[in-house]
Amino acid sequence: MSIFSKAKSFKGGVHPSEFKELTEKSAFEVMPNPNMVILPLKQHIGKDAKTLVKKGDTVKAGQVVAEPDGFISAPVHSPVSGKVMKITKEKNVSGFPAEAIIIKSDEENEIEFMPSLDPETVTPEEIRERVRLAGLVGQGGAAFPTFVKLTPPKDKVVDTVILNGCECEPYLTRDDRYMIERPDEVITGLKIIMKALGVKKGSIGIENNKPEAIDVMRKAVAGMNDVTVDVVQTKYPQGAEKMLIKAVNGREVPPGKLPMDVGCVIQNIGTAIAINDAVVKGEPVLTAAMTVSGLGINEPKNVIVRVGTPLVDILEYCGGVKDTAKKVVVGGPMMGVAQFDFDAPVMKATSGLLVLTEEEINNPEETPCLRCGMCVDACPLNLVPTKLARFSQLGRLEEAEQLGITVCMECGTCAYTCPANIPLVQWIRLGKQNVIRLQRERQSA
Amino acid sequence: MTTITANPSYKLEFASSPHVHSRWSTKRAMWMVVIALVPCMISAVLFYGFYQLLIMAVSVLFAVLTEAAVKYFRKREITIGDGSAVITGLLLALIVPPNFSLVFTALGAVVAIGLGKEIFGGLGFNIFNPALVGRAFLQAAFPVQITTWTVPNYAVEGVTSATPLAAFKFDKVGTEVSNMFFGNIGGSLGETSAIAVLIGGLFLVFAGVINYRVPLAMILGMVIFGGLFWLIDGTTFPDPIFQLTAGGFLFGTFFMATDWVSSPVTPKGMWIFGLGISLVLVMIRLFGGLPEGVMYAILFMNGFVPLINRYTRPTIFGEAK
Repeated sequence: MSIFSKAKSFKGGVHPSEFKELTEKSAFEVMPNPNMVILPLKQHIGKDAKTLVKKGDTVKAGQVVAEPDGFISAPVHSPVSGKVMKITKEKNVSGFPAEAIIIKSDEENEIEFMPSLDPETVTPEEIRERVRLAGLVGQGGAAFPTFVKLTPPKDKVVDTVILNGCECEPYLTRDDRYMIERPDEVITGLKIIMKALGVKKGSIGIENNKPEAIDVMRKAVAGMNDVTVDVVQTKYPQGAEKMLIKAVNGREVPPGKLPMDVGCVIQNIGTAIAINDAVVKGEPVLTAAMTVSGLGINEPKNVIVRVGTPLVDILEYCGGVKDTAKKVVVGGPMMGVAQFDFDAPVMKATSGLLVLTEEEINNPEETPCLRCGMCVDACPLNLVPTKLARFSQLGRLEEAEQLGITVCMECGTCAYTCPANIPLVQWIRLGKQNVIRLQRERQSA
Repeated sequence: MTTITANPSYKLEFASSPHVHSRWSTKRAMWMVVIALVPCMISAVLFYGFYQLLIMAVSVLFAVLTEAAVKYFRKREITIGDGSAVITGLLLALIVPPNFSLVFTALGAVVAIGLGKEIFGGLGFNIFNPALVGRAFLQAAFPVQITTWTVPNYAVEGVTSATPLAAFKFDKVGTEVSNMFFGNIGGSLGETSAIAVLIGGLFLVFAGVINYRVPLAMILGMVIFGGLFWLIDGTTFPDPIFQLTAGGFLFGTFFMATDWVSSPVTPKGMWIFGLGISLVLVMIRLFGGLPEGVMYAILFMNGFVPLINRYTRPTIFGEAK
């Protein structure tokens, strides 16, 4: 895909080795239930859910074990039937220990579904309520409670829903497989989202490295005049909200604003599937579909696992880890979270589990900045990463703020591309936090 | 194959994202520049003889030794493996006249690394292109020797010729463009053959080591500014094609001005930098006392780089333009 390709895109970006071939042909496998699930109370952005069970309680699969606390929060359902062993702080894929309910699974597993709703006649209010009760969170990585995104403030006019089928992170093929295996449910999910928002226009943005998915989705939308398939260039970070909107309809989300401010709502392909399941089948979020890949895993594949399954069980299911394994990452290699060990549980928004080897990581020696300007060219948001990182390092926060450090979405493109291998985005991340703290202090002063 | 339960003490690396890195490294980029210089090195030997290899060897040796010595006395990590001192040495050797004194070459290399680079703190911190700093020192210290140009090919010892630029400037004698293109002219080691410079330079552009903006801006600038004076008076001022192929223009364009450290990081800044060099260069060539001025033009613009970077910050995505 050269610069001459016609697919739409944005300025900047990088082309990391894709490694999609490891799993793109692998259809989803449903992994058997684990012996035990660890259910963190916070699997989303916002406030922790409040636990409704106590040690020794028996729970059914599909039962609500923790309820949302406040508007931006989400309930947690038990994905298995069994007994509550304990409620305690446990390791978490985010890197911080978090309060979690641990349930020992029994063999029954009769799932308690909610009543099915007809997608044709369901009202926007019913959709929002169902999405909230089902505990849906965004599948794109940030895990924002989905129903909040379906409840725009009155003053925002949304005219387009874009389904994000870019999957621009290397290795991951989950959304690709979803589109290939369940195209009609993707469309139904999209239509339900459009209905909830009262929007007449839907788009599915897919990177042009997924010809099969593009083909399948085009067939699925044939004859529909309110939904289009938009093929976009394969480039990281094409799946970032701002980049996708720019590619699909040319709008630019200003710094500090949300997609809603330019009339767009973006949902992940996985979220559309989950919405379909919640509304049509009445199924709460009990499973996570994910790509298990990397050169350090023996059998890379796409799996559907129960939420709360410890990573170790999944790795064992995929044939175990090779001796050359260097890093275990939850999510994609560009923005995912590295793990201390294999104990943390899968969460609702987990879409990838990677075992990386030295060969893939490629971590050359760090040298001083050579001012080559590659990070400036690559930054999709037109920032000057080398300066932001330097100001962050020197604690010159006002200057960093002035150069727009808070605009950074931490996609990691700069650090990926830097020949001097300076941890640019890592410094910027730190500087961003410090600047935000500074801004808060200013406000309260 | 190892299963995790069988090996619970697995050692994992832990760091924040991104977890992968491009194939770029400082070392790789530096050695690619060395490769790109090979055609120029070959043309130097072809036109001026094997003695030129000695100049290169001495220059590289003293550049590397100087860097190692400075790092040693400053009790810093010895960084000669990154290849940057090798490049500086090579670049310096390629911009001195054929059969240049080895002693002077060594002196130039010491100054290039010592005053051009290490005094600022080493790689990444220098303001000016180190090789050009070394060359500027030689020009000031040995003005006669550094402008004594041997006739290429089978040259009898001591027979010299004027460079095309000097011939035009002082005697209004033109030079066949084809000779300038292939290198059959008087000039510095690496600058003599335009085609050799182009091969190496385009390799760097297409390999992604250097950005196309600075070279393109310089060439455009030369066509515009040089062409302007030629249109005004074609007898007093040389035509732009001559200007493009003459002297150190192409070599400076692809190997000197594009030096990562001493050129701007912003896209707009690169354009301004390149156009600025050509403007200054045209002024020196046409109105200054010297026939050639690529070195001074680049050094002059190097000094503006921090300022250029500051005032050419790109507009942030979505920001009101």
